[in-house]
Amino acid sequence: MIVSVASGKGGTGKTTVAVSLALSISEEEVQFLDCDVEEPNASIFLKPQIEEALPVSIPVPRIDQEKCNFCGKCAEVCAYHALAVLPGKVLVFPHLCHGCGGCSLLCPQGAITEVGREIGTMEIGRSGDIEFIQGKLNVGEAMPAPLIRAVKERARKSMNSTTLTIVDAPPGTSCPVIEAVKDSDFCILVTEPTPFGLNDLALAVEVLRKLGIPFGVVINRSGMGNDKVDFYCQENNIPILLRIPFDREIAVLYSQGIPIVQGKKEYMERFRGMMNRIQELLLI
Amino acid sequence: MKQILVISGKGGTGKTVLTSSLAALAKGAVLADCDVDAADLHLLLHPVVKEVQDFWSGQKAAIDDEQCINCGRCLSLCRFEAVKTLKNQDGSLKKLAIDPVACEGCRVCYYTCPVDAIRMEDRLSGQLFISETKYGPMVHAKLGIAEENSGKLVALVKQKAQEIAEAEGKTWLIIDGPPGIGCSVIASLAGVDLALIVAEPTLSGIHDMERVMDLAVHFGVLAKVFINKCDINWDNTRTIEEICQKRGIEVIGRLPFSEEVVRSLVAGVPVVKFSQGEIAEEIVTLWRKIEAIFGEGVVLSGKKEQRF
Repeated sequence: MIVSVASGKGGTGKTTVAVSLALSISEEEVQFLDCDVEEPNASIFLKPQIEEALPVSIPVPRIDQEKCNFCGKCAEVCAYHALAVLPGKVLVFPHLCHGCGGCSLLCPQGAITEVGREIGTMEIGRSGDIEFIQGKLNVGEAMPAPLIRAVKERARKSMNSTTLTIVDAPPGTSCPVIEAVKDSDFCILVTEPTPFGLNDLALAVEVLRKLGIPFGVVINRSGMGNDKVDFYCQENNIPILLRIPFDREIAVLYSQGIPIVQGKKEYMERFRGMMNRIQELLLI
Repeated sequence: MKQILVISGKGGTGKTVLTSSLAALAKGAVLADCDVDAADLHLLLHPVVKEVQDFWSGQKAAIDDEQCINCGRCLSLCRFEAVKTLKNQDGSLKKLAIDPVACEGCRVCYYTCPVDAIRMEDRLSGQLFISETKYGPMVHAKLGIAEENSGKLVALVKQKAQEIAEAEGKTWLIIDGPPGIGCSVIASLAGVDLALIVAEPTLSGIHDMERVMDLAVHFGVLAKVFINKCDINWDNTRTIEEICQKRGIEVIGRLPFSEEVVRSLVAGVPVVKFSQGEIAEEIVTLWRKIEAIFGEGVVLSGKKEQRF
């Protein structure tokens, strides 16, 4: 089963919830995927032993100057303007390339091959019984989606029918979030009871409805702002899975990189309860 | 005109709270919300929308069922897993369809379909708003749900905001940035005079601050750090200060955690307009320092003055 943790708004507690959930479930094999590849933070809390680090590349064109006759077909078919053909010269802009393979496939001279351009690193390791995989986008790279795809693909290799895979997703509502949460059996949306939390929760809900993924809400820093998130969930028939109170002690634990379930053991049971609730919701 | 961008790497460190207050303090500013995924600045500045523009960006493929012979060529060539096989009840192939969310508009299927059954359609990816607020004109946007090209929409928001600032002779462009370090952050950084990095003293906050700092340096943008919720963990606050010192990046101010900020959020008002306490004073001081960087304002001296 794949459970993703997303939020719309950043800083609501996705990593807190994802890490705590992973540490609370001991019966099954647990995989943890940090798919917030722009700013991966779960390793701060799970402190995994990294056993393998692999560069992740996307294929970009390389022009064989011997074969190229500068016909301009590649630039014409490229939807991302990653190629420009001048008389006697082809310019490649690798940062614009999405790696679709169109140019090499359609070059009439067969003059284009593809070479890898590294966009980040995938790290694989273990934190206790948890298999840990994270993506780290290189600074200056614009496209996180292929790296997220690589992390999920790697996870699929060691996944079996009883594995619980927890995906820590990036904030927002655009392509990296979609890449991280798609194929999930369930998505936990973490929010906070403020106007910002509510606004961005509503956007995240639209994303999940569009993708057809069942979901529920965790209200973090409960008691901090107002009740409008509660009313919104009630009106829209969205189950509230868990409330984590607004508590300075929890904020301090977080600041030190200590998972809430280790600093406050009673939360172990609450996160297990949340997982049971999710399983019940999926049976309905 | 000087462009100030508020970024953080990590989400939820207080970018929008700070941006809204700077907007309220700056005289003669244009405001822009470049967090087009999950925009929140409007919740504090309450813009009145004057103009809406559709944002068309890229294309998506669609299969004409009449023409399609189910050869599966598109399925095997698509690298974005955007071609889906729909099955009949008995498990046999019913038809091929494009998943518009996964499609990146590369046109490989369109060019290679042997029976020309694929057409490309323009994609409405969002909307851009030009608005008026109490504190000046504001440009903001809403990326369509599950759409891509947020970097392009960010670039468009900035371009419009710059045009307005130039046409109206404004001194400042104050920009609320997105979290992360990816395409929309890179687009936000282009041409900026100061990247104000809002950091929080948590281990995650420090990690993310360093990455976004690297990004600002990579693109040659002047960066300064503002520490929010500095009293959550003083050791970490000191670590941030040490990192900044080592890297030659100024810590331009800091704020303690305050429920006053939460109350101002709930009230929907920039905190400098909501209360006159310590928090508001610190932000006024920050703004004075920013003015001083660009030689626009009074150099700070001794006692802070109230300015509301």
